[in-house]
Amino acid sequence: MTAVIPAGRSAPGAGFLRRSLAGRGVDAVLILLIPAVAFTALLFVYPYIYGITISLQPQGGGGALANYRNFFSDPYLRQTIWNTLRLALPAAAVSVGFAFPLAYRVRAAFRGRAVITALFLLPLTFGSVLLAEGMTEIFAPTGWVNLALGSVGLPHVQFIFNYTGTFIALLLTTVPFSFLLLAGMFGSIDRTLESAAATLGAGAAARFWRVLFPLMVPGLVTALTLAIVEAFAVFPSAVLVGQPDSATHVLSIPLYQAAQQQFNYSDASAIAVIMTIVELVVLAILFGIRSRLYRGPATSGKG
Amino acid sequence: MRHVSRSFGKTEALRDLDLVLAAGEFVALLGPSGCGKSTALACLAGLQPLSGGEIWIDKRRLDTLPAERRGFGMVFQSYALFPHLTVQKNVEFGLRMRKVKAAQRHERALAALRTVQLEDHAQKHPAQLSGGQQQRVAIARALAIEPDIVLMDEPLSNLDAALRIGLRTEIKRLHQNLGLTTLYVTHDQEEALSLADRVVILRDGCVEQAGTPEAVYNRPVSPYVAKFMGYRNVLAAHAASGGDAGEVVEVRRGAQVLHATAVEPITAGSEVTIAVRPEDVLVSSIDDNGLVAVAEVVEFMGREIQVGAGLPDGQVLHLRTEKPVAAGDSIRIGVPRQRLLAYAGNAA
Amino acid sequence: MAQQTLQPPAVTAVLRARPRRQALRKITVTSVITWAAAACFALVLVALVTSVVIESFATQWRGGWWPGGFTGSWYGQAWRGGVSQALTATFQVAVVVVLIALVIGVPAGYALARRSFPGKSAVMLFLLLPVMLPPLTYAVQLSALIYRIGLGGTLTGVIIANLVPIVPLVVLVTVPFVERIAPETESAARVFGAGTFRLFLHVLVPLLRPGIAAAAILAMVRVLGAFELTFFISGPQSQTLVVALYGAASNPAGAAPPLIAAMSVFYMATAVVLLLIGLRFVSPADAVSTGRR
Repeated sequence: MTAVIPAGRSAPGAGFLRRSLAGRGVDAVLILLIPAVAFTALLFVYPYIYGITISLQPQGGGGALANYRNFFSDPYLRQTIWNTLRLALPAAAVSVGFAFPLAYRVRAAFRGRAVITALFLLPLTFGSVLLAEGMTEIFAPTGWVNLALGSVGLPHVQFIFNYTGTFIALLLTTVPFSFLLLAGMFGSIDRTLESAAATLGAGAAARFWRVLFPLMVPGLVTALTLAIVEAFAVFPSAVLVGQPDSATHVLSIPLYQAAQQQFNYSDASAIAVIMTIVELVVLAILFGIRSRLYRGPATSGKG
Repeated sequence: MRHVSRSFGKTEALRDLDLVLAAGEFVALLGPSGCGKSTALACLAGLQPLSGGEIWIDKRRLDTLPAERRGFGMVFQSYALFPHLTVQKNVEFGLRMRKVKAAQRHERALAALRTVQLEDHAQKHPAQLSGGQQQRVAIARALAIEPDIVLMDEPLSNLDAALRIGLRTEIKRLHQNLGLTTLYVTHDQEEALSLADRVVILRDGCVEQAGTPEAVYNRPVSPYVAKFMGYRNVLAAHAASGGDAGEVVEVRRGAQVLHATAVEPITAGSEVTIAVRPEDVLVSSIDDNGLVAVAEVVEFMGREIQVGAGLPDGQVLHLRTEKPVAAGDSIRIGVPRQRLLAYAGNAA
Repeated sequence: MAQQTLQPPAVTAVLRARPRRQALRKITVTSVITWAAAACFALVLVALVTSVVIESFATQWRGGWWPGGFTGSWYGQAWRGGVSQALTATFQVAVVVVLIALVIGVPAGYALARRSFPGKSAVMLFLLLPVMLPPLTYAVQLSALIYRIGLGGTLTGVIIANLVPIVPLVVLVTVPFVERIAPETESAARVFGAGTFRLFLHVLVPLLRPGIAAAAILAMVRVLGAFELTFFISGPQSQTLVVALYGAASNPAGAAPPLIAAMSVFYMATAVVLLLIGLRFVSPADAVSTGRR
């Protein structure tokens, strides 16, 4: 029996539209995206816009921008932006600096690697509330850390209820976060590049500085950016192991006070907007830095 | 002319491997996956440590040195070009590591690129080049440092067929022009035969046979090598008479009586393995080792046809012929006795 | 044709030595510092966890290396005093959030992995924004809205709030798992007669089981530890364990330290159990990566 395969082009019309859309990747499968998109629009974008709207309807009257004006005219409130930056930027930088050599060392698979990764996963799972709570135990004036210092003759240090406490708490969560991010990025760099560099005469230092580091820099910037964004939203540790009234009076505290204590959602939303804007500014700066660097794939060959 | 020699041995991946390269030689390390050829290369380059044995160049001991001090040039299967550097900077990398001054570096790099005909692409990044071009850059990079030995780890495996043949010719040409000692790892016997001065076939970490392409092709030393070199017809048989290597012995397959050339000493009455290339199974032109078969499967290959011919006992022989044979034809085939090789033992 | 290609070289190779492992790992100053720093970090972590556990068993511990006496009664007190309720609430929220997020997120992840269309990166950014931004940036506005519609303080409100970062998380985790399935598998199923629904049921879901499990576990861990979102929305009946913990810890006139410690141990135990289950399914890098590749 013979099969007849019709030649020639098919009829234009509705089928044509579907085919040309399909050629560009648009077909029924995209329907599956609709719930997620609708969800995000409904529960993320809309509340955000709602928040902006109510922030412009201040409870105490005084015009649309009253909340914002009050915030910036009050030095105690203005200070929070600086306090937050003062905490977030160094904490993020130190965390990435800490995590980077560690991630570099574990880029090759070895026996203890899973243990180390699990070790870093633990603080992330625990979260800042638990870590801060634990810190009040061991970093207390009569806690283990100070006792250990004392036993080797070093003076006691006030670790908690100040800037240092919140800083340490931030490190405890941001270091693992950065580590996992960077380890993933290191893992995506083609391993044979190092072998090639070695056969061309590059010792360990040259291999790092001339091959690996240039390829890692975009990843580093990304990790730093994400770390800053995370650290910026510091809240429970600023209260539990910090000085929420002075040194660690961060942006999230007036936010919390407005929302939960004064039930002034208008003011709280205004503060949230301010927080977002500062974050976006930081993000934009870092993004600008990143785009000036090499942005190609970190694999060679047909990757 | 400097004589180069080395030998190394290792447990597991490489067992008591002894390999000697002479200066200017192109040696192909051939074998299926898992036979240890890439491991051998990696050990030589210093990318993997030895568990036992040594590596020497002339009188210098090499295996105690790290990879960056061994002075080889290496070309990788995945090209391994540095994606953040231009083509030229890639090629200059090895020179830079040797602290060659900038002007000289540029000159030597461009010269290397010229030998692979890519000097126009010097300022591009690897991602902008095709696979074949990238591999040529990798070759230029290895050549630029003027190494004692060039190591190549299946450099053509990632390329498609047409590109592979073209680049293979280039590699041959480069070797003829430059005369650099080369160790070339591949699983493709055609590549090994066409490129190498000497072919070394590895099996499970040991050398199974080493010799010129002609020697390995015509006189494989074991059924393993024979199967790898294209002796598609490997059958079990029984030795009716015995003989030393090189002598003709009589073997039986059931009722068939055949005469084969022994590759190794064969005792009468023992099990043997016989092997013959499809090209050496001739249709109706000779009487030596004559058999009658029925053509079962016929494949058109262009100038020849490939026939799977069924023998009366059910065994299928693969042969190639230019004669017109159709499926179902009954054909008379014969094998010259010098081309039918016999090995001791049953390895079919 | 010569059998030997060239004369034997001047120096023949030397014999093999006894097999010995050559250690290639070098000890450099930087590696020592790095490992020392990592050890410090680990030590702090271990000390932290240990001291909390010890405190939870102490009658009282006013400083010093070791508490005065031991008792297990804090656990009962904590359990009755709110932990059981908080834990129940936590699991109720987590399970519902995970189920809804899977239903919404897995198909979306599939669509994103399989199709590239104009505007795809914009859509991806849009979908992933809630998981990339810290919850505090949108928690307040979200809670304002939820209170406005009358769901403030209820479990439903908490569920809705937690869904916001979890749906993108599920999408994010699903995409690489879908990419690992060769498209030819689906084509093969279609050629052999499977319609879209049957395709999902018999081919995709079974193949995606590890991905779905990974997403589910990650989501549960996230919900367990989600503080800010739940904090701003929950009421005393609907608070999750972490919120209850914060409440106790931040209250200056609040519970005795060992009681708080006992609550902490409950929380830690839950987290560790989830983590252990999760590590069987997902590689750690997935837990953190946020799509900025």
